[in-house]
Amino acid sequence: MKKFSLFNAASLTLGFAFLYLPILILVIYSFNEGRSVGIWVGWSTKWYAAAFENEQLMEAAWVTIRIALISASAATVLGTLAAIVLARYGRFPGRMLFSGMVFAPLVMPEIILGLSFLLLFVAVDFDRGFWTIMLAHVTFTMCFVAVVVQSRLVTFDHSLEEAAMDLGCRPVGVFFRITLPIILPAVVSGWMLAFTLSLDDLVIASFNTGPGATTLPMKIYSDVRLGVKPEINAVCTIMIGVVTVAVIIASILTRRSEAERERAERLAAAG
Amino acid sequence: MSTKTLGPVRRKFQPWTDPAAKPLIEFRNVIKRFGDFTAVNDVSLGIYEREFFALLGPSGCGKTTLMRMVAGFDDPTTGDVLLAGQSVKGLPPYSRPVNMMFQSYALFPHMSVEKNIAFGLEMDRLPKGEIAARVEEMLKLVKLESFAKRKPHQLSGGQRQRVALARSLAKKPKVLLLDEPLGALDRKLREETQFELMDLQMTLGMTFLIVTHDQEEAMTVADRIAVMDHGKLIQVATPSEIYEQPISRYVADFIGDVNIIEGRVESAAPVVTIVSEAAGTRVEVNSDTAVNAGDTVYFAIRPEKIAISPDAPAETGVNALSGTVFDIGYLGDVSVFHVRLDGGRTIRATVANRHRLIDRPISWDDRVWLTWGRDSGVVLTR
Repeated sequence: MKKFSLFNAASLTLGFAFLYLPILILVIYSFNEGRSVGIWVGWSTKWYAAAFENEQLMEAAWVTIRIALISASAATVLGTLAAIVLARYGRFPGRMLFSGMVFAPLVMPEIILGLSFLLLFVAVDFDRGFWTIMLAHVTFTMCFVAVVVQSRLVTFDHSLEEAAMDLGCRPVGVFFRITLPIILPAVVSGWMLAFTLSLDDLVIASFNTGPGATTLPMKIYSDVRLGVKPEINAVCTIMIGVVTVAVIIASILTRRSEAERERAERLAAAG
Repeated sequence: MSTKTLGPVRRKFQPWTDPAAKPLIEFRNVIKRFGDFTAVNDVSLGIYEREFFALLGPSGCGKTTLMRMVAGFDDPTTGDVLLAGQSVKGLPPYSRPVNMMFQSYALFPHMSVEKNIAFGLEMDRLPKGEIAARVEEMLKLVKLESFAKRKPHQLSGGQRQRVALARSLAKKPKVLLLDEPLGALDRKLREETQFELMDLQMTLGMTFLIVTHDQEEAMTVADRIAVMDHGKLIQVATPSEIYEQPISRYVADFIGDVNIIEGRVESAAPVVTIVSEAAGTRVEVNSDTAVNAGDTVYFAIRPEKIAISPDAPAETGVNALSGTVFDIGYLGDVSVFHVRLDGGRTIRATVANRHRLIDRPISWDDRVWLTWGRDSGVVLTR
């Protein structure tokens, strides 16, 4: 443990201020009584009530959540399959191409992704709306799931699967009884990553939207162009809260299971 | 595991000498290639029912690949593997009546001890009551009754090893395959477990096939040992045959400690007489190795079969060497003397420490004589 020093304290404060001050201001002004964004009038929760009464806003939130739930789940299935192929099947013809293509969206500018999805949907004459946003989100979040799950599979002891087969389990059974339960934490964090990415995507969704499919980020963006309304602050605060709670729960769960495991291993070694 | 005092007595058991006996596991001209690498090179071998058979060799010699072909994780590139007379080539692991205990134990981390043991039985869709009874029987066999609800990471290394053993025995397989089963245990526990494995194998009347690189382990547990090198079987024989009648310098050197003296055959009958200029002596051996006068051969003799004495023997020209002690390794039970011959070569001789060591009769830089009898060593041609 390093000793406390003024320099350390100052850099910590500045760093956190840089990261969180804008968010903090947003949260504080969501509780502002007045209409103006810059002037503090008094404490109130009326903008939260207003946000919940704003049908357009709620409709957009509901669309966003449905897209995020479905696309994260589909991306998790596909991403996990891709990770298994990459981690397991060693060298096969076209492996380099396959892994390159799985991971390319990680570094591809969103604007290009959005545009190419649009061109595709126009080319196949697919009506743009809810499902096109969903499909685009599956594609661009899948690679994140694949990365998370693949890094778990690299340290996975293959002999566990062999042992299950040796004891009479068929390959499909091995996957559901042995592999999946063991890599489940990685799959779940992959899902959460995909869910979050889909939740806050603006660029790709804007390119591929159609009538009746406005996501929350799109709605917020278009509203803000006409002036910031405090109810937007309220909605954003709720989103921050949801994401923060999810992240804290996830990290507590992994921390606790790790600590428990370590403690048990120490006990076993001592006994 | 089983009670040691009343354990079954190891009887004379040599089905491999009976031409009518049919092997339980049979390798027929098995070749296994991985790309350009030949892991197993033309192996033909029969392993009999109730046999405890060891595959022994350095890492990378193909012993594990050979075992994995019985389990079904690999298939021969050419040749065939038979189980009870039936070819199992192409049969997946889950359809073979054999079970394997893995080197890493491969216990399922998300299942309790009893769930691990029950896994194979559940795969066979046995009735619940029968599974519970069998799990209990297995827990009792490995003395882990009170650990049934624990998870693998809550167990010590020795306990995990027992769970792995119980799990692989639960289905009562025709053959149990053991891949370096004791490699992760400390020496004392390993030795204990070796004897427990032998007792268990006899009590259950099963066929055990063990893969190991530890020659002492193979010698202790096995009825027969196959020594492998570079994918080939070098020698298949009982532990005592392997030790006392190795067929090559490789086997002699791999199993235990050995002194090799190179020489030329002077006469082949009635005893083989070898002249070694390097060692500066004549060696007379009773040997049934086929040699002709003039052949270059290797005389191999174990350190414990050489007598060491400060006094010259009656006959100094035959089976006797003189030199200077330049190193003594005291191991407690025995002492190893490194004697440098006048020609510069080193010979090792071990002496059992039958008395408490107060004063060493032979010390560093002493002149000593090394002698042995005609039946002490073997003649090797390769």
